[in-house]
Amino acid sequence: MTGIYIHVPFCARKCPYCDFYSCSYTLKSAEEYKNAVIRNIEVLPNIDADTVYFGGGTPSLIPSDFIAEILDALDKRLNLSKPEITIEVNPCTVTADKLKAYKRAGLNRLSFGVQSGNNEELEFLGRKHTFEKAAETIEQAVDARFENISCDLMIGVKGQTTEKLEQSISQITALPVTHISLYILKIEENTPFGRNNTEKLLPDDDQTAQLYLCSVRMLENAGFKQYEISNFSREGYRSRHNLKYWNCEEYIGIGPSAHSYYNGRRYYTPESLESFCSDPVQQKVYEEYQAGTDEEKIMLGLRLTDGICPDDYPAFKQKILKKAENYCAHGLGVFKNGILRLTPEGFLVSNSIISDII
Amino acid sequence: MATENIRNFCIIAHIDHGKSTLADRILEKTYTVAERDMEEQLLDNMDIERERGITIKARAVRLNYKAQDGNEYIFNLIDTPGHVDFNYEVSRSLAACEGAILVVDASQGIEAQTLANTYLAIEHDLEVVPVVNKIDLPSADPERVCEEIENVIGIPAMDAPRISAKAGINIEEVLEKIVSDIPSPPDTADMPLKALIFDSYYDAYKGVIIYVRIKDGTVKVGDTIRLMATGSEFTVVEAGYMDAVNHINKGSLSAGEVGYISASIKSIGDTQVGDTVTNAENPCDEPLPGYRKVNPMVYSGIYPADGAKYEDLREALEKLQLNDASLSYEPETSIALGFGFRCGFLGLLHMEIIQERLEREYNLDLITTAPSVIYKVTLTNGETQFIDNPTNFPDPGLIASAEEPMVKAEVLAPSDFVGNIMELCQERRGVFKDMKYLDETRVSLHYELPLNEIVYDFFDALKSRTKGYASFDYEMLGYAPSKLVKLDILLNGDIVDALSFIVHADRAYSRGRKMVEKLKENIPRQLFEVPIQAAIGGKIIARETVKAMRKDVLAKCYGGDITRKRKLLEKQKEGKKRMRQLGTVEVPQEAFMSVLKLDE
Repeated sequence: MTGIYIHVPFCARKCPYCDFYSCSYTLKSAEEYKNAVIRNIEVLPNIDADTVYFGGGTPSLIPSDFIAEILDALDKRLNLSKPEITIEVNPCTVTADKLKAYKRAGLNRLSFGVQSGNNEELEFLGRKHTFEKAAETIEQAVDARFENISCDLMIGVKGQTTEKLEQSISQITALPVTHISLYILKIEENTPFGRNNTEKLLPDDDQTAQLYLCSVRMLENAGFKQYEISNFSREGYRSRHNLKYWNCEEYIGIGPSAHSYYNGRRYYTPESLESFCSDPVQQKVYEEYQAGTDEEKIMLGLRLTDGICPDDYPAFKQKILKKAENYCAHGLGVFKNGILRLTPEGFLVSNSIISDII
Repeated sequence: MATENIRNFCIIAHIDHGKSTLADRILEKTYTVAERDMEEQLLDNMDIERERGITIKARAVRLNYKAQDGNEYIFNLIDTPGHVDFNYEVSRSLAACEGAILVVDASQGIEAQTLANTYLAIEHDLEVVPVVNKIDLPSADPERVCEEIENVIGIPAMDAPRISAKAGINIEEVLEKIVSDIPSPPDTADMPLKALIFDSYYDAYKGVIIYVRIKDGTVKVGDTIRLMATGSEFTVVEAGYMDAVNHINKGSLSAGEVGYISASIKSIGDTQVGDTVTNAENPCDEPLPGYRKVNPMVYSGIYPADGAKYEDLREALEKLQLNDASLSYEPETSIALGFGFRCGFLGLLHMEIIQERLEREYNLDLITTAPSVIYKVTLTNGETQFIDNPTNFPDPGLIASAEEPMVKAEVLAPSDFVGNIMELCQERRGVFKDMKYLDETRVSLHYELPLNEIVYDFFDALKSRTKGYASFDYEMLGYAPSKLVKLDILLNGDIVDALSFIVHADRAYSRGRKMVEKLKENIPRQLFEVPIQAAIGGKIIARETVKAMRKDVLAKCYGGDITRKRKLLEKQKEGKKRMRQLGTVEVPQEAFMSVLKLDE
C-alpha cells in the first residue's frame, strides 16, 4: 500500500538549523497552494493508500479548513483504508479549537516539534515556544481526543549535558505521548548555524554519542522501544508512514521539494512554491539511479531494529556475514536467528557500517 | 668564423637572486627575442621551473651583441641547473664555457649554492664575472656584498656591475664585461672533432637532440659521429644553434661554438651528459676529461594511489626517462601499496621534481615511500649487499657490518642561528668540522653528516630553525660504518612494509615515536580501535592508539529524501576508495606522506 506525503512549505520563521524548503506565510499563498495540492490529488492514480503525512515547513500554520479540503480530495480520489493521518504541529501555531478541527477533519496522529524539555536549549534552537507551552498544547490535543501523539527531541545541542538531557527526557516522557523521534542536531551549510560556525559550540562526537546512548537507555526505560535509529514508540505506535521509507515501500509526495518513490522510480518536485502553484500538475524530477536495489534495502533496513536478513541478499551475503562477525565482536551488532541488527552503539556509526557493506 | 668574437658563458646564482631575470634582460638587450615572443623568464621552459623559480635542465641560447668597440659578438649563454642534486650536470655545463657571471643579491649576499657553483667554475678555470643584482631594493648594500665576494671567494669585485635585472638598470655594463673579461675560445677548427655533450632532450620527431660545445674540429650535416662512452655511431641530420625560440640548422658547427646536433638518435641512454662526440672517420685520440656515469643517490617507492593506474605510471616514467637519463626505475611490489616502482634519483630535489611532474603532467595520484639511501651491508658469509629498499634489509643475525653513505655539508647562515644549526646537525648525527666567519654577521659551517639524515626533511628543518635564512649544500664523501637497524611499523599488529625504514640505532626510538604519533594524527578513527606500533626486530619500542569512532550517523528528519542518504553514503564510499585497506585498517594516502616530514 502506498503512503501520501504532503509538503506544506510555510513557516512563520525559519529555525536556524533547518535547511528544508520553506516560504513565508500569507493566507493568499496558502490558498493557492491548497488549490494546487488538490489539483495534483485529482490526477493521482486510483490507488490503495493507508498513510497520509502532512510535513513541512509548518503544516499547522495553514487553516484547518485547508487541511480538511485536502483530506476530502484524497478520500475522493484514493481508496484510503484505515489510514494513519499525521500532521506536524508547532506548539505555537495551534489552539484547542484548531486541534478539535483537525480531529474532525480526520487527522489521527500529531507530531509535535517539542525538541527539548529545557527552555535554554529551546532558545538556542530558535524555537518560539517554551516547554510549558508545548506541554499545554499536548494536553489540549488529548482533550481533542488525539491518542497517537509524537514528540521530536533534539540532542547534541549547545550546553547539553547528560544531566540536562535526563531531565528533559523525564519531562517529555511524562507527557501523554506514544512516540518520540530523537534527532541529533546536524549543522547544515546553508543555515544560520552553518554560517555562524555554530558547530564548535556543540558537544563533540564522543559527547554526542554519549548523549544518544543515554537517551536510548532512558527512553527504553520509560517504555519507548527503539525501532529505528531516531524513532521510539510505545507498543503498537510505530509510525506507519515513516516505516514505508525504511521498508522501501511506495509513497507519493505532493508539494514543492516533496520526494516520491512510485512505480520503481524515485523523483522529487522542485523547490519552488511559485511553479508548484502555477503548474497544472507538479513537475517531477526523476533520479537517474536505480531505486529499490539490494544496496538501498540494506542501507535502509540496517536503520531498523528489525535488522536485515543476509539470506535476502545473495550478492552481499558473504560480505555481510564476514563483516558481521567483527561488528558483533565489538558490540556494534547482534546476529541472531539469521538476522543482523545493529545495537545503539552500531547505529551511532551506521554510516560507516553501511558503506562498509554495500 | 673567427673565434675571437665568441663568448661562451653561464650564469651562477642562488635561487631568487635573479638569474633568470638577468638572462631575460640580456636576451632583450641583444634583440634575440622579438617583443611578442617575450615570455617572462624564457630560459626556464618547464612549468615547475617557473613556479619554483629554479632551472632544472640546461639550455643554451646564441645571442648577437654589437659592443661599444664597434664589433659584433656572438654570445652563447648556457643555462645551468642551480641545485646540488645536479652538480655533475652543472660541472659539464661549466666545462662548455670560458666564463661565468656570478649574480649575487645585493641584500642577501653569498649563499651556499652560489659558493659551491662558483668554486666549481674556478676549478674549471672559468673567468668569473661578479654582478651585484637587486640594487634597487631598499635593503641593498652592494659595497658590503662586493667586499664579501672578495673575502669569501677571493676574486676582485669592487668594479662589479651594480645592476637591477628587474628594473633593467646597468645591463649594458654586464654585456661589456662579458666582452672585455671573458676570454674567447681557442681556434682549433682544423683538429679532429671533439665536442662535449652538456645536455640532451628527446624530441618526438627528431629523436634525441644533443647540446654540444665544440672543443676542436668541425661537425657538419652528413658526418658520421661517434659518442665515445657508448661507442654508438650516428649520421648528423642537423647541426646548428638555438635562438631564444627556434633551432636554426646552419649545417655545421666549428671549434668554439655552442649548438645542437640531431642525428636520429633513438635513446637518451646513448647520449650521456659529459660524453665526447667525435668524427667516426677521423676520431680524436682521447675523450674530454670529467665524464662519469651518473648514479642515483636516493631511492623511493612510487605507487599509484589507484592500483588501476599502474600502467599509466609505467608509461609516464618511460616518457620522463626519455628526457632524464638520471632517473632510474624498476617494478616492485609492496604488500601495503600493491604494484609500483622503485625509483632512483640524483637527490631530494630531483625526487620532488619527478614526483611533481608525474602528478601534474601525467595527472597521477601517487603514494611515495620514505626516501632511502643505499646502505652497504656485509653479511657474515662475507657477501656484500647494497640495499636501496628497507624491506630487503637482512636479518640482524646475518649482518657482519653495515655502512652508510656520508656527505660533506656546508651551511651558510647569519651568525645568530649558529646555535640552532649546530643543534640540528647534532640531532642528525653530524660531526662538526669547522666554522668560518664570512663577515661579521655571516658564518659558514662545515659538517659531515650521514646522507640518510638529510634525505628526509633536513632542508625544511634547517629553514624553519633559521627563519629561512640558511642555505645548504652537500657533496658525497663515501661510506662509513654505522650501527643500523630496521624499524617496522605495525598497524593492528601487522607490519606495513611500505613504512619500514632503516635508521641508526641511537635514533630509532625517537624516530619510531614520531612516526607513530604522526600516523595517529593522520589515520582517521575507524569502527574499531587501531593500535599503531613501532618495532625493531619484534621488540615494540613505541605505541599509540587510534580510538574507535563513536559517531557517524544520519539521525535527522529527512522525510522521504532517500537520495540524500544515498549520496552521503556514496561520498563516503568514494572516500574509502582513496584509502588503502591494510588488513582491517583503512589508511589514507596522507598518512603515508605524513611520515616523510617528521620535524615540525
